[in-house]
Amino acid sequence: MIPEIGLFALILALAVALVQGTLPMIGAARGHDAWMASAVPTAILQLAFALAAFLALMHAYVTSDFTVVNVALNSNSAMPMLYKISATWGNHEGSMLLWVVILAVFGAAVALFGGNLPPALRARVLSVQAWIAIGFLTFSLFTSNPFERVFPPPLDGNDLNPLLQDPGLAFHPPMLYMGYVGFSIAFSFAIAALIEGRVDAAWARWVRPWTLAAWCFLTGGIALGSWWAYYELGWGGWWFWDPVENVSFMPWLMGTALLHSAIVVEKRDALKSWTILLAILTFSLSLIGTFVVRSGLLTSVHAFATDPERGLFILALLVVTIGGSLILYAVRAPALKAGGLFAPVSREGGLILNNLLLSVACATVFLGTMYPLIAETFGYKATVGAPFFNLTFLPIMTPLVAAMALGPFLSWKRTDLAGVVGRLKFAFLAAILATAITLYMQQGPVIPVLAMGLAVWLFAGAVIEWSGRIKLFQTAPGDSLRRAIGLPRSAHGMTLAHAGMAVVIAGMVASSTWKVEEILIMRPGDTTSVAGYDYRLEKVERIKGPNYISDTATITVTRDGKAVTEQKPEKRIYTVQNTPTTEAAIYTTALADLYTAIGDPDGKGGQTVRIFFEPLVPWIWIGSLMMMLGGVISLSDRRLRVGAPRRKRPPTLAAAQA
Amino acid sequence: MSATAKDTIKDGIVARRLIYLAPILFFVVVSGYFLWGLNPERDPRVLPSVMIDKPAPEFTAGPLAGTAVPGLATADLKSGQVTLFNVFASWCIPCRAEHPFLMDLAQRGEVAIFGLNYKNKPEEASAWLRDLGNPYTRIGTDEKGRIGIDWGVSGVPETFVIDGTGRIRYRHWGPIDKDALERTILPLIEELRG
Repeated sequence: MIPEIGLFALILALAVALVQGTLPMIGAARGHDAWMASAVPTAILQLAFALAAFLALMHAYVTSDFTVVNVALNSNSAMPMLYKISATWGNHEGSMLLWVVILAVFGAAVALFGGNLPPALRARVLSVQAWIAIGFLTFSLFTSNPFERVFPPPLDGNDLNPLLQDPGLAFHPPMLYMGYVGFSIAFSFAIAALIEGRVDAAWARWVRPWTLAAWCFLTGGIALGSWWAYYELGWGGWWFWDPVENVSFMPWLMGTALLHSAIVVEKRDALKSWTILLAILTFSLSLIGTFVVRSGLLTSVHAFATDPERGLFILALLVVTIGGSLILYAVRAPALKAGGLFAPVSREGGLILNNLLLSVACATVFLGTMYPLIAETFGYKATVGAPFFNLTFLPIMTPLVAAMALGPFLSWKRTDLAGVVGRLKFAFLAAILATAITLYMQQGPVIPVLAMGLAVWLFAGAVIEWSGRIKLFQTAPGDSLRRAIGLPRSAHGMTLAHAGMAVVIAGMVASSTWKVEEILIMRPGDTTSVAGYDYRLEKVERIKGPNYISDTATITVTRDGKAVTEQKPEKRIYTVQNTPTTEAAIYTTALADLYTAIGDPDGKGGQTVRIFFEPLVPWIWIGSLMMMLGGVISLSDRRLRVGAPRRKRPPTLAAAQA
Repeated sequence: MSATAKDTIKDGIVARRLIYLAPILFFVVVSGYFLWGLNPERDPRVLPSVMIDKPAPEFTAGPLAGTAVPGLATADLKSGQVTLFNVFASWCIPCRAEHPFLMDLAQRGEVAIFGLNYKNKPEEASAWLRDLGNPYTRIGTDEKGRIGIDWGVSGVPETFVIDGTGRIRYRHWGPIDKDALERTILPLIEELRG
């Protein structure tokens, strides 16, 4: 009964989306207030129906209702409750439903908190949002119905892919989707602006918080996915340049560019048509990301739920959405008036450099990801691996990071570069010092050593800019504190995010360069030494979990005879699907991870043991958290706060109408 | 305003319009690729089989420094024994995924596994094999990827089944997994032996 209610709710959501996609749009064109206002209740109703459908599916999972095909294929009565719940979106149909729900959440948020938007703009934005929903709802209903029944029901379910039975991956898809789908708001705003033929500072101010929110989620989603790959795949790596990873990274690069170019639109009324294009491209890449993962278009080491049949439907959806919006862009964007003038060395110039480099970086990733497909049309097959990306991506990121420290010092319109460089002399000294220390401690190749210096340069640059604004050490501590409190939250947020980026870079560079990896066969009682730590394999036991059997090793780690930790890496066999998974044991210190994983027994009483010493890896996650937190703090800035009360009529609006 | 000046302005506007058209034109090309890629008969894992049943290309590859096993040449593939010819590189993540299967196969000793180290620095490859174990009885180095071209290697890993006379009988693209090993490769080896 409940699954049928779910299906019914999904159909109703589509019906409501059809109304939401047409009435307000026509109303906005004709200046019909009541029609425009209909966007708000329909957006909220759409959320209610989509959520009802989602909860109905979740109910089927929680109660292990195996009469529903989707549940029978992806769940099992022996699974822990957390994974029964996360299995709701751990499959193709359910994840599409989650997509639709998140889309509706964002739509309803615009409806509820967009009270200060001009009514016509809000109506158009919500209508465009509904068009996207119509696409995905029809896709869900016609090709991926999650509520299909099976009779007779199987005795027990097929179990969730064991790799997905993991707390990190339980929350990875929702986070990632919040990011992907969040960019739909920027997209809808861009389309609405093109239809209206007007982009002004007020528009940019409304778009920025949504973009920032989406960016925070996407940052978190990618970091979570990378963290999962790190501890679950047992290879000790955190990024593999796999197509699945790349397609989530591209919207991030574009979204980051959008975040920065929108500032120029808001403050200086320039870069309008570029910003519109970025908004379209960012969401387009999110759609392509969703598409590539599911279509079987590219081979990937850890893709799931691929199905070329559905691919055609999604491709049609992509062509309509992306193609349609880009045609609209080609027709309407040339009419957008260009704004303020500025010198090349200025904050605008810096942000353009940021956009340029991020776009080129994104294009590189796009090319590398799509190259196997392109090569195939020319009759040969190719794989593109880490060497390509390291060779092309790093040279682009280096100037970006170098300039990132300078950027916040630049003032609008024109800047005296010599003055800025002067203020950064301490950052430069810190970078030199860091390079020297790295060289002293680790020796090793030149480029990573310099890269560590670059990370310190960025970190120091961010801190100096911040402390300059609060006059740290130049005035009484109380005065500095007062200034810090008075500083806009977006300034704190930017500093934190930029510093976070520096921390991430340091973690990435150090862990890829100075990682120590040891793979060997050990028997109980054997010891080995890796990077100054002594590992002793105590025993390997067979343990029975709820839906798996585990070989759990106990490894004691000592350093100079002093106990450090005891690690319990596991090799699990999930009995229903007979699939092995690796559960690495990780001991984190502030400076490194001690990472152990076990492989197969050698049949002679020995066990393959993989021991990694991963320097600074925790910094990647700490830095990602700092970036997310920086975004959240910026979001709480009064000027950006969604639905913050208006003190007075924004002067920019009047200027735009003049 | 003179006619030429007007034309110049007009040209400028046309050029401007064209720039705005660039994104959609680019997308048309991309979606063309997507459409082509979705052809249900296309499986990115299956390769054109021009090499099948042809003699293996002539080549001589020097040994991989840092390992104890000898190098590899075409003559080694004509030993009268069925062999596996596996193309690998230390930078390739799928190679890592298939490596345990190769180790397992090597331990069983049913078939000799020859490796071609493709576009890889010798010191990185030998370190990789030291860490993970060496399943190969012979390894040829192909640092520049020249031998790979003759074999039609498109990416790593790739595995060829060679019969005793040095002819290519099967080609597997991508990492070998349990399925491929048990359903295709091992039965084929049995068949070629029998």
